[in-house]
Amino acid sequence: MTAAAPTRADPDYNFAYLDEQTKRMIRRALLKAVAIPGYQVPFASREMPMPYGWGTGGVQVTAATLTPEDTLKVIDQGADDTTNAVSIRKFFQRVAGVATTEATAEATLIQTRHRIPETPLTEGQILVYQVPIPEPLRYLEPRETETRKMHALEEYGLMHVKLYEDIARHGHIATSYAYPVKVEGRYVMDPSPIPKFDNPKMSNSPALQLFGAGREQRIYAIPPWTEVVSLDFEDHPFDPGGAREACALCDARGVYLDEVIVDDAGGRMFVCSDTDHCRGRIEAGHVGASAPAAAPHGAPA
Amino acid sequence: MTAFAAEALDGAFADAPAEASRAFRAALDAMSRPGTLQHAGGARPPAPLPPAAGALALTLVDAETPVWLAPELRAGPVEAWLRFHCNAPLNAAPEAAAFAFGSPASLLAELDRFAIGTPEYPDRSTTLVVLLDAFEGAEAELTGPGIRGTARLALGSSRAEILALAAPNRALFPQGRDLFLAAEGRLAALPRSTRLREV
Repeated sequence: MTAAAPTRADPDYNFAYLDEQTKRMIRRALLKAVAIPGYQVPFASREMPMPYGWGTGGVQVTAATLTPEDTLKVIDQGADDTTNAVSIRKFFQRVAGVATTEATAEATLIQTRHRIPETPLTEGQILVYQVPIPEPLRYLEPRETETRKMHALEEYGLMHVKLYEDIARHGHIATSYAYPVKVEGRYVMDPSPIPKFDNPKMSNSPALQLFGAGREQRIYAIPPWTEVVSLDFEDHPFDPGGAREACALCDARGVYLDEVIVDDAGGRMFVCSDTDHCRGRIEAGHVGASAPAAAPHGAPA
Repeated sequence: MTAFAAEALDGAFADAPAEASRAFRAALDAMSRPGTLQHAGGARPPAPLPPAAGALALTLVDAETPVWLAPELRAGPVEAWLRFHCNAPLNAAPEAAAFAFGSPASLLAELDRFAIGTPEYPDRSTTLVVLLDAFEGAEAELTGPGIRGTARLALGSSRAEILALAAPNRALFPQGRDLFLAAEGRLAALPRSTRLREV
């Protein structure tokens, strides 16, 4: 596990990379987003020193929100040690000098790509999501002028038609990630491509949830203790799904698992997507069916 | 140099990036947890602008944000201070203002003219920065997003006026006006989603 104490920020950059004018613009957008839960606030997204699709929206939200006292955690699909997470963490170590951690409970600000940590978040923590397509209605209606109007009029029938067509075709709602939610009974919102398994964690969370879409230039938010409901039908209630297996390394059940192909003969194992949660359980003595022979999380091999 | 010109040059953040980030976190915490009081320091604006309102201005106000100042703040040291440090257009009409600073009574006098946004863009509204003496005395009970159950906020003798400032928000939502309340070094917020009643 890697945790790093605060360091001196690179003096060639302003604190947290962005200039103060840009931060003021993003901060104003963030405050509006919190005041209107689930509503997409346009903002003048800047070019960042990483390509679109690598979390430029999340990085700008994090940069505008970080204080020198923060402890930052960055995850990509639940993992602290994948390319996207490592590069963003190093970026903020360099330009903001903040402390970093992999432990969910120690972090004050967590930037995430496509997962919510398994460890329950607490009061005072901030979760920043990287969002590719912020508009939940975009694939149903390509025109921004129209989707704006649909949100204004609370006209979400089209979304229910889409879910109904899922049922007509597959017998159940087949959407398994980026599953649309309604925030505080008003705005339909894209939760970013988190698995629908994570949707229930968004509702009435003690933590503040911020969403940044860099290419699409939108910021939105869910304040703490806010109701977030996954769209469904009375006769087809929302089902978060989840694996039947236990984690092969730490034997955890009721968590989100990744399928790992281990040989050319169709062999596979299921391991926790949340690497911090998995390591914590292994350290606490939990042993999975395949541990420790093939341990990908830095546990002794 | 006039008497208040020298005063206008002083009192901004000593280390702008760090102090603005802390002041913003105070504002973000206030907005996401209505009813809580946050410390927003680092600014020393001239009276009658509370230090917390000064920190908020230094953190959020710039040349892109037209500001409406209540009559009691105009043409004095506060206007000079904001002009020097924020470089903001300070004589905005209430309809065009991104931020409005003033006492509860002077904001209430112009309330209907402040922007509430449009149905498509409810974020294009005026944020009211309400200047108070203290957070003590008569309380209001708050419910809504960001609040677990109910919260209480002491508003004192300004309670009726602040309730009146926030009252239209309930019917206007998602349009409406967000309120920051500032007294001395402390900040609270009443986003448009918060419902208030006297207790």
